[in-house]
Amino acid sequence: MRITTTVNGARREVDDVWEGESLLYVLRERMGLPGSKNACEQGECGSCTVYLDGILVCSCLVAAGQVCDRDIVTVEGLSDQQGLHPVQQAFIDCGAVQCGFCTPGLVVTAHGLLARTEHPTDPEIREALAGNLCRCTGYEKILDAVRLAADRLADTPAGSAGRLR
Amino acid sequence: MTSAPTKVPAAPSETAALRGRIGDSPLRPDGTLKVQGEFAFGSDLWADEMIWGVTLRSPHVHARIVSIDVGPALATSGVYTVLTAEDVPGGNVGLDHADQPVLATGVVRYHGEPVALVAADHPEIARQAAKKIRVVYEELPAVTDGRRALEPAAPQVHDGGNLLRHLKIRRGNPDPVAPVVVSLDFEVGMQDQAFLGPESGLAVPDDAGGIDLYVATQWLHADQRQICQALGLPPEKVRLTLAGVGGAFGGREDLSIHVHACLLALRTGKPIKMVYNREESFFGHVHRHPASLRYEFGADHDGLLHYAKAEIVFDGGAYASSTAAVVGNGGTLGLGPYNIPNVQVDCYGVYTNNPPCGAMRGFGCVQAAFAHEALMDELADRVGMDRVAIRQLNGMREGDRNITGQLIDSAAPVAELLQLVQDMPLPAERLSEDEFDLLSLPGGVSNTTHGEGVVRGIGYAVTYKNVGFSEGFDDYSTARVRLEITADEPTVTVHTAAAEVGQGLITVEQQICRTELGVQRVVVHPRDTQVGSAGSTSASRQTYVTGGAVKAACEAVRAKVLERASTMLDLELSELVLDGAQIVSITGDVVASLQDVLGTDAVDETVKWSHRPTYPIDPETGQGDAHVQYAFSAHRAVVDVDTELGLVKVIALDTAQDVGKAINPDAVVGQIQGGSAQGMGLALMEEIVVTDGRVRNPSFTDYLIPTILDMPPMKIEVLEYADPHAPYGVRGVGEPPTISSGPAVAAAIRRATGKALRRVPIRPEHITEG
Ligand code: FES
Ligand code: FES
Repeated sequence: MRITTTVNGARREVDDVWEGESLLYVLRERMGLPGSKNACEQGECGSCTVYLDGILVCSCLVAAGQVCDRDIVTVEGLSDQQGLHPVQQAFIDCGAVQCGFCTPGLVVTAHGLLARTEHPTDPEIREALAGNLCRCTGYEKILDAVRLAADRLADTPAGSAGRLR
Repeated sequence: MTSAPTKVPAAPSETAALRGRIGDSPLRPDGTLKVQGEFAFGSDLWADEMIWGVTLRSPHVHARIVSIDVGPALATSGVYTVLTAEDVPGGNVGLDHADQPVLATGVVRYHGEPVALVAADHPEIARQAAKKIRVVYEELPAVTDGRRALEPAAPQVHDGGNLLRHLKIRRGNPDPVAPVVVSLDFEVGMQDQAFLGPESGLAVPDDAGGIDLYVATQWLHADQRQICQALGLPPEKVRLTLAGVGGAFGGREDLSIHVHACLLALRTGKPIKMVYNREESFFGHVHRHPASLRYEFGADHDGLLHYAKAEIVFDGGAYASSTAAVVGNGGTLGLGPYNIPNVQVDCYGVYTNNPPCGAMRGFGCVQAAFAHEALMDELADRVGMDRVAIRQLNGMREGDRNITGQLIDSAAPVAELLQLVQDMPLPAERLSEDEFDLLSLPGGVSNTTHGEGVVRGIGYAVTYKNVGFSEGFDDYSTARVRLEITADEPTVTVHTAAAEVGQGLITVEQQICRTELGVQRVVVHPRDTQVGSAGSTSASRQTYVTGGAVKAACEAVRAKVLERASTMLDLELSELVLDGAQIVSITGDVVASLQDVLGTDAVDETVKWSHRPTYPIDPETGQGDAHVQYAFSAHRAVVDVDTELGLVKVIALDTAQDVGKAINPDAVVGQIQGGSAQGMGLALMEEIVVTDGRVRNPSFTDYLIPTILDMPPMKIEVLEYADPHAPYGVRGVGEPPTISSGPAVAAAIRRATGKALRRVPIRPEHITEG
C-alpha cells in the first residue's frame, strides 16, 4: 500500500508498504529515519516514542496504515537550525546518555512532559518517564536532565511553549 | 569526591587552557548524535542492495535432528537462500572452548539453538519462510538442573561428561572447628543482560571472497578469530568494524549474528542485515549463570571468622562460553572481602540443556555475594553483633592475603566503605497515612496500600571483584596514536579496537591523549580490526588496559617528537618538553613550534600494552596470584515492604566505592548508578524463567527490569586510593556496584520481614508465604 503522511513538517510518501508493518518500521526502514529505536517492538520500552498528531505514542504499536494524512514528529524533528532542543542539550550536559539506545525515546517523552508541565515535580517526572526503559544509567542522570531542561526552558524568553511544536 | 593519598604520575604537560584532561568530566563525543537519533547503532545500518537474514531456532531442549527440508522455504518468493549446518565451511566456535556449532549439527542441545538461516528481501518474508523449513526432531532425555548434571546417570550434553570445571581451594586446617557455626543454601536465578539495543549487524561481501562485518559487540578480535574459524577464511578476509552498541553488560562477548550474517552474505553476494527482535534476543545471547550455593562459616563468639566452606554450582547451560572463567571468579572470590584462615571451596561449572550462560557484569561474584552476605548477617545475629561491625572486623586490609594466598598489595578499604555508607543520612521516615505519596509506597499507583502492613528494613553488603582477565591470561590492549598538524592545529588521532558500549571509553581515550600530549583536539578513530586487539570490553578492564595502552602510545609519540626536535634544534633531548603546540626547554622558553618540528609529517606510534602478569592457581589447593587488581564497593539499601502483598519499594540505595583514580568523575558516577540498578533488579525482579529447559518469559512484558519508578535516589561516595601498579592509579569501576547492591537489597528485605529469603529474585510469594 501507499502511505502519505507528514513527518517532521515534510510531506512524505512511501510505496509498497506491507500491511503488517508498524509506523516504527516505516520510519526506520522506508523513510530513512532510524532515530526512533526498536528495543522491544511490543510497547514495553518507549524507545520508539514519537508524536502522532501531538500525542506521544509507541510507534511500534501503530500500524503503518493508521498514519495516513496525519502529523508525525520524531526525535530527528526536535532540533532545528538553531541547534539542539534544550531537552537534548540537557541530556548531554547531565551525562544522561550512555549507550544512547533509550535516549531518543526518552528525549521525546521528556519533551512531551515539559510541553504539558512547565516545572514537573520529581514524582511527576518519574511517572511521565515510567514507560521508558534504560538499562545503562539507573535513571538518576535522566532525572537531572529533565530538571535542568525545565529550568532552562523557563529561562528562555518564549518559555517552554516557544520551543515546542 | 573524597581524595585519598594518591600517587598519580605528574602530567607532562600543564597547559592551563586545556579542557577535558583526566580528572575532568568532559562530555562524551557521541552525545550530540545520540540525542538527535543520528548515531548509527548496528540495527540502523543500511547498504545498497541489502537483504535481511533471520534465524530458525530449536523448539526443543535436547533432540536429534532427523532431517531438514528447506524446499518450501526456498521456494518462497523473495527468499534468496536457506542455509543449514551443511553450508558451514569451518569448525565450531566458542569464547574459551570451541564447542558450539554455528548451526546445530545433528543435535540440538538447548531451546533456542540456531538450526537454519534464511535471507530474503523483507524481514517478514524471511521469518515466514523460516517457519516453512521442515525439521524433524527426535527428542532426547535432557538434564536441566545443575546439581543433577553431576550425577553419573544424568544425560550427557557433550561427549566427555557434564563437568566443565571444578575449582578447589584448600587453605589452612582441613578439619576446622569453631564455637559458632552458621550455614545456608542459596539459589540465584538466571539474569539477563537486557541491553536495550538488540543484537544486530550488517555483513557486506567483497569481490574477492572476503567480508566486512559491522557489528555491535564487546571484543572485535575474539569475534574475528571465531568467524575465521567458522568460515575457514584468513583474518585479512574477515574485517570487522564496531557498529553502535546499545549496551552490552557481558551479553555481547559471545557471537550472535556474526557468522550467520557472513554466511548469508557470502552465499548471496549481497549485504545482509540481521537484527534480533526482543524475543530472539533472549535466545540469542548467554545469560548470567544460575547458581546453587551451599555455605558454612565458623567463627568465635566475638564474630571473628575462623573457617569457611563453600560449594557452588554454576549452571553453564548447553555450551561452555566463559563458564570456566566464571568458575574461576566464583571460586577464588566467592567468600567475599574477608580474612578467613581456613578455607575449603569447591566450585563447579556444569553443562546442562538449559540456555548457555556466560559473561554478565559481576561475572561469578554476583551469585556468591548473595550467599556470603546473607551468611555474614546470620553470623552477626548469632553472636549478637552489629551487621556492619562484623564485616569491618573481618574485612580485608591492604597487606592481607586473600583465600588464594594472594597479597592484597593496594588499598582494601572494606571497613571504611562500610562506615561511609552507614554514616550517610537515612531517608525520612515514611509519611503518615494522610500525607503519603502513593509513588513512594510498595505497589505505587496501583494503590495497594496507604501504609498499612508496610515495614521498613535496612541492609548492608560489601564486595570485592577482580579487574581484568585472570589466571595467567595474556591480557593486553593495543593503541595507535598519531600526532600531526591539520588546519594549523595539532591534532591527535587515537585508534583502538576497544568496544565502546556506552560506558564512555572513547571519552577516556580523549582525556588520556590530552593529558599526555597537551593537545586539545583528539579524534577517536572508528573501532575496527585494522589495529591490534584491545581485549574484551568486560571485567571492568578497558580504562585500565586500553587506557594503559593509549597512555603508552602517547608516551612513544612524545618521545619521537622530542627526538626529532632534539636533532633539528641540536639541543639535548633531556632538556625538551612537549607542551601542546610547542616544544619548550626545561627553563620554560619556547624553542620551536610543533609545526616547525613536524611540518607535514605525522608521528604515528602503535603500542601493545599488558598489565602485570597473573598466574594459574594450583589445581589442588587453589593457591596462586590469580588476579591483577581488586575493586571494592559497599551498599546500604533501605526498603519498605508490604508484608501482606509481598511488594517491595526500595527507598534508598546508597554506596561507596574505591575507584583508584576517577579519570572521568561524572562517568564513574554513571557507572555506579547503572550498575547498582542491575544488582537491585536481580534481587527483586529479574529472572529468565526456565522450566524443564524451556524459556518461559522472553519479552520485556514478562522479564522485568527496573524502571525509573523502581530506582530510588542514590547517595554515592567515591574514594580514590590509587593503585600504584595501574596507569594513573585507576581501579575498574563497572562491576562492583552490580555485586554489592543486590545483596544489600535482599538483606534489607530480610531485616524488614524476618524471613530467611534464600533465593533471588525475591518474589512477592516468598515474602508472604508461610
Ligand atoms: S520498541 Fe516500541 S515500546 Fe519498545
Ligand atoms: S543509555 Fe543505554 S539504555 Fe539508556
